[in-house]
Amino acid sequence: MDLTRLEINRRTALLTSAAIAANVINPMRAFAQETPRKGGVFNVHYAAEQRQLNPSIQASTGVYIIGGKIQENLVDLDANGQPVGVLAESWEGTPDGKTVTFKLRQGVTWHDGKPFTSADVEFTAMNMWKKILNYGSTLQLFLTAVETPDAHTAIFKYERPMPLNLLLRALPDLGYVSAKHLYENGDIRQNPTNLAPVGTGPFKFVKYERGQYIIADRNENYWRPNAPYLDRIVWKVITDRAAASAQMEAGELHYAPFSSLTLSDLARLGKDKRFIVSTKGNEGNARTNTLEFNFRRKELSDIRVRRAIAHAINVPFFIENFLGDFAKLGTGPIPSTSTDFYPGPNTPQYAYDKAKAIALLNEAGFKPGTGGTRFSLKLLPAPWGEDISLWSTFIQQSLGEIGIPVDIVRNDGGGFLKQVYDEHAFDIATGWHQYRNDPAVSTTVWYRSGQPKGAPWTNQWGWEDKNVDKTIDDAATEVDPAKRKALYAQFVKEVNTELPVWMPIEQIFLTTITAKARNHSNTPRWGSASWHDLWLSA
Amino acid sequence: MRILSLAGRRLAASIPTLVLILIGVFLLLQFAPGDTVDAMMAQMGGGDAATAKELRKFYGLDLSIPAQLGNYLWRLVRLDLGFSSIYGKPVASVILERLPPTILLMTASLSFAFFFGLVFGVIAARGVNRWPDTLISTLGLVFYATPSFWFGLMAIVVFSVYLQWLPPGGFEDIGTMRTGIWRVFDIASHLVLPTLTLGLIFLAIYLRIMRASMLEVLNLDYVRTARAKGLDETRVVTRHVLRNALLPMVTLIGLQAGTMLGGSVVVESVFSLPGLGRLAYESVVQRDLNTLLGIVFVSALLVISVNFVVDLIYARLDPRITAEA
Repeated sequence: MDLTRLEINRRTALLTSAAIAANVINPMRAFAQETPRKGGVFNVHYAAEQRQLNPSIQASTGVYIIGGKIQENLVDLDANGQPVGVLAESWEGTPDGKTVTFKLRQGVTWHDGKPFTSADVEFTAMNMWKKILNYGSTLQLFLTAVETPDAHTAIFKYERPMPLNLLLRALPDLGYVSAKHLYENGDIRQNPTNLAPVGTGPFKFVKYERGQYIIADRNENYWRPNAPYLDRIVWKVITDRAAASAQMEAGELHYAPFSSLTLSDLARLGKDKRFIVSTKGNEGNARTNTLEFNFRRKELSDIRVRRAIAHAINVPFFIENFLGDFAKLGTGPIPSTSTDFYPGPNTPQYAYDKAKAIALLNEAGFKPGTGGTRFSLKLLPAPWGEDISLWSTFIQQSLGEIGIPVDIVRNDGGGFLKQVYDEHAFDIATGWHQYRNDPAVSTTVWYRSGQPKGAPWTNQWGWEDKNVDKTIDDAATEVDPAKRKALYAQFVKEVNTELPVWMPIEQIFLTTITAKARNHSNTPRWGSASWHDLWLSA
Repeated sequence: MRILSLAGRRLAASIPTLVLILIGVFLLLQFAPGDTVDAMMAQMGGGDAATAKELRKFYGLDLSIPAQLGNYLWRLVRLDLGFSSIYGKPVASVILERLPPTILLMTASLSFAFFFGLVFGVIAARGVNRWPDTLISTLGLVFYATPSFWFGLMAIVVFSVYLQWLPPGGFEDIGTMRTGIWRVFDIASHLVLPTLTLGLIFLAIYLRIMRASMLEVLNLDYVRTARAKGLDETRVVTRHVLRNALLPMVTLIGLQAGTMLGGSVVVESVFSLPGLGRLAYESVVQRDLNTLLGIVFVSALLVISVNFVVDLIYARLDPRITAEA
């Protein structure tokens, strides 16, 4: 909650317009007394179509934004970011961390009328989460079996200790349940249900016209009483960002999630009373901008060079002038939104200091040659967002000033991943590190050695550090939450010292939503949440 | 009968071209870094190496490139366009779904550009170097020089956001599913802005061509003869000049059918139309080789048939050109 206030203070300080601040603070308070209204159609911007819609086999916001309303997870996060039961009512872990028991909700039915039971959980966990789901396969690597003594109990058995806290923070994203009776025959990836999902959630799938729209209607038999409020949700496929802003303004869209509009349109719509533009509801989807070093270049394997590069880039200046209130200074791989693991800012940091950067480079033996050039680098920026493009140009200019000319090579998504994480055809690369609420889920793979070649967003730097590896392994199986937090603080300290990847900017996705929406943005992963309590005022 | 044999010969002549194009596109895409699994990983936001390997096998990417190409061509011989990896269904049905909006948009904007290009071209030529000519030529230049995405966005801002006359995008209204004639009107209203946006650039080209060719024909001897025998100017233009001046315009249609398919990518994205152009763009980004080759195949067929029709129109406009020649 502190974070929201902080966010607002920065906003007010940065933008003279008080309108944005008013928009962000007021809606919840001002409308608290209104009685929820049933009915209405909620139109959502869907920027990039995925190949399928089942969140049990694909962990990405592009799937959750649709599948998360139709299918449900065992556990979700509440307003304070704490685990709250959805399909699971309660849970219990044994002290050795090898067994976790979930008591499941009773009286829940699938949209096709069949009852939801522990058999569904067992089937999904063993066949989807463990085998197919990205991030899930890593999380559940040591899951050996799910026992189902009765229809409403699922006992997860692990070969190595699984911290209960880790599992509960991971399950909101990696714990969506699919119906066994629809998937048990045939290839799961090719199952037609993936494009016409059936779940237990507040909305029932109706229709998917590829390239146009997806429709889901209210589930009359939803297990939560009096929910949902909306009659229908329509996701409209609009690939052009500027066109999506125009549709927002024309009233054809109510909600543009995950910063799907351009930075300039977000700033403009933020001043418009009809909309709310805010980071609220996205705290669970924090990301950091990265600078990834390839240690196969001998210059970059020298720690003084990596530190010099970090010192040469004026991050606060970049944030203030290019990202405005949409970003803040980062302090390492664990973002400050992660209250359970954030180690504070007192880890090794690299403030802007051009003289120091030059001194470090000279000390490392890279003196300026002809034309003041020390050595040149090839920079590969990821194509995920406008900010990366701006950031890569800023890096280029900053490094040019200390005698390191940078050549920017742009690729599309597939090309970027192939060249950086498989072919290692880069000197430095920059993209996003998406933090998924627990470092063991999303973050430590960026630093742990022994990652198979070709696995995207993992340590492909040609860098290995036994101490860091040990800290990562210890933390992953540490059952005591306080000790785990301490281990991750140590991890941040270590990787900020060695600097194989630098993560100097922290960002949270921005939501653009109509001011008529109520009960919106009320959980840290609201864009992915089920929207059972969302309603539209008249 | 003559037409049929001509069509047969034309088709036979274009088959080698088609095969070369398909092989070329296939090889070009091999040079692009990353495959459809990399693209999928990029979209999912992560995945482990074992999954990636399994997916490559699933999509048949573990075979050597010549083997993949061989497989593809062999399927094509049997008229099987293959399976789309992004859509999870046969390429033929994916393309069939996307074809109607594109063809509608193409026909509408071609007709719009052709008709108004003709009218304005004639007006400009009639008043050459006077104010109607200057006005039309200047406007034509402005349309030609303006990028279509900007035109599209401005049209949305003016007509959809401020005036609220026309829908800002999409192919039809999802809120109220209309049927029959109302559906036709609904789709038509959704196509007005895209048609204008796509058509304006081509309008500018047609206008200039028409003006130039009118000016040329107006100076020919037979026109002087027509005037000499006392016909009024309108009759001279409509009966004698227009027919001959139209030939370059018709040639242009044949040439531009292909360009228009390409230009529709931008317009389809801006107006969120589910057409072939956007599908092509998506399949490149997603490295969906089968779909892309399928689109190239269908587009090539489309261009070939448009050109065939153009040849027939030639013969009709100018009897000296027979369909045989």
